[in-house]
Amino acid sequence: MSATSSGNGFANQAAIVGIGATEFSKASGRSELQLAAECVIDALTDAGIDPAEVDGISTFKSDNNPESEVHRIIGGRNLKFFSRVDYGGGAACAVVMQAAMAIATGVCEVVVVYRAFNERSQYRYGTGESHKTASHNYDGATRAWGGVHGLVSPASNVAMSATRYMYEYGASSEDFGRYCVLARKYAANNPKAWFYQKPITLEDHQTSRWIVEPLRLLDCCQESDGGVALVITSAERARKLRQTPALIRAASQGSCDDQHMMTSYYRENIAHLPEMKLVADQLWEMSGLQPGDMQYATIYDHFSPYVFQQLEALGYCGLGQARDFIREGQLELDGSLPTNTHGGQLGEAYIHGVNGIAEAVRQIRGSSCNQVKKVENAVVTAGTGVPTSGLILGQI
Amino acid sequence: MPKEQAEFEAGMQAHVERGEKGVKTSWDEVNLPMVRHWVQAMDDNNPVYTDAEFAAGTRHGGLVAPPTMLQAWTMKGVKDQAPGSSTTDPMADVFDALTEAGYPAVVATNCEQTYLRYVKPGEKLHHTYRLESISGEKKTGLGIGYFITQLMEYFTEDEEKVAEMRFTILRYKPAQREPKRPPRARPGMTRDTEFFWQGLHEDNKLLIQRCLSCGQLRHPPAPMCPHCQSLQHDTVEASGKATLYSHVTMHHPPLPAFEYPNTIALVELEEGTRLLAGLIDIDRDELEIGMPLQLEIVRCDDELSVPMFRRAS
Repeated sequence: MSATSSGNGFANQAAIVGIGATEFSKASGRSELQLAAECVIDALTDAGIDPAEVDGISTFKSDNNPESEVHRIIGGRNLKFFSRVDYGGGAACAVVMQAAMAIATGVCEVVVVYRAFNERSQYRYGTGESHKTASHNYDGATRAWGGVHGLVSPASNVAMSATRYMYEYGASSEDFGRYCVLARKYAANNPKAWFYQKPITLEDHQTSRWIVEPLRLLDCCQESDGGVALVITSAERARKLRQTPALIRAASQGSCDDQHMMTSYYRENIAHLPEMKLVADQLWEMSGLQPGDMQYATIYDHFSPYVFQQLEALGYCGLGQARDFIREGQLELDGSLPTNTHGGQLGEAYIHGVNGIAEAVRQIRGSSCNQVKKVENAVVTAGTGVPTSGLILGQI
Repeated sequence: MPKEQAEFEAGMQAHVERGEKGVKTSWDEVNLPMVRHWVQAMDDNNPVYTDAEFAAGTRHGGLVAPPTMLQAWTMKGVKDQAPGSSTTDPMADVFDALTEAGYPAVVATNCEQTYLRYVKPGEKLHHTYRLESISGEKKTGLGIGYFITQLMEYFTEDEEKVAEMRFTILRYKPAQREPKRPPRARPGMTRDTEFFWQGLHEDNKLLIQRCLSCGQLRHPPAPMCPHCQSLQHDTVEASGKATLYSHVTMHHPPLPAFEYPNTIALVELEEGTRLLAGLIDIDRDELEIGMPLQLEIVRCDDELSVPMFRRAS
């Protein structure tokens, strides 16, 4: 499908040309702003682009670092595009989509994406307790439905869907565990991963304590300190830069079917992720590619059960069949869809999915520590259970 | 006072009157190495305790031990009492009786020491001890109990009394404290949702929003009907009949307002809408998706009532 076909104006027009990151830790010992600045400079250095050239920034609504301030302290000159996307980790691929659209339409030329936080040492992102006092606005009124019963954490929100998924399809905690063991296997071989050289067994998973039944500790991603940044510019310029570009073949967002933020409990079936299906349908249409054309996937893994539902939404298997797909080893390096080779957010770090985008770029470059043989195309997803997004990256 | 308690108290008073004594001896003479440990730990720099030359020029005519070390000299070792100490504790029966009567907990409340003179390195001390007094039953913040005072008298080898100490403990029944839970989080409300919380708390009703135009029921409430865009709505009262649609059991992180594990249900009301709710008297291993449930509106405090469900009979 041509890049200029109707409605797909930004397909193949922009590429990720730089990736950068801080170390991933549980206590960075420095401000979130410093983490942001460090990873942005790291990504620009990787790309070989001068910070003064950055004229666009796209980040998460939930990031605490203002675009203008990050731009100012890295030595940026003229910032012409700044954009934020809401819904937690659901923004991960959408921030790249914003960048690609801004570049394709000529609004700006060099866009930096960053996500940087001390979500372990400064606050505990996973407790869900950051909104203790009732706000009499939409957010406060919506949190109240579960809040008065103690249903407050992201894990608990996901667990409600997982219980129903297990009921509908017979998936078990052990099935979820098989994904977790794989993520930790990849992480064990990734020196940047928090769980480097710390693989787990299925028994470790099965004996790890309950966080929210049916989720065990090892079903849950980490809380991390750290930052990851991406540099996006036009495909034309990308060809002249030092790194193998990761062309943005498609990007999309999705919110549908009685959507709520983390609590889409009122739709007909809560064991599915229709918003990810909406994202996927757009990705395949926009790129002209099919699930089988992907040699690598980054599947957002904040909690293991949603990896299963995403594989189904993306079309890699039928509803409820992800457990067989994973059990067959399809996510392994020699499987049909090597997935989360950085170790995922369970194994490497939880940087709201941006570290997973960086891994997809490495797979396209051929520089992952768990490198897949030849990656022409990679699919990446963002946080689920929320309005979400996705990407297809490919060789230029 | 019940007869049993009167007898118990009389028994303890008789013990006081008998004045039965025990004795505790010391492992070592009063000595400079222990004094040095003590003064360094206490940061007491008076040279009269450690500087023999200086001490010789004082009214003591030589080194003396800090008076507040009194207990150290006859204190039991980590394992054993010094030889020559009483092998049976004359107060053991009092303490046993207190435990038996339901006052097992102990806390030291007072210690009062009187020094008759300084003791010097080379002197070997022992002390006698006896029950001096037992209070009547007292009500304290920790619980109901008795204050028990022992008198210890300290002597040199030639029975010169050098100090005494009164040591008071409280033996008590630990008060059964209701775990104080903070109230549940207040629900945030907007004009779209306040009817729901008011209905529960003020009218003891579980209300479901209904579109006045197309009749569709909806939860959570919203200002506009997604089916027909009408802004007109009222409410219907739920029958309270429901089935279990999904559930989770919270373990971590524990919130102080709740008991754990805390099972939370997503129920499907008979009317067709779903609702998050607590569960009453249903163990996790009894949960079955589809099981029939019955509403019980629970008043949490003066401001908040929440929908909870029991197994339907």
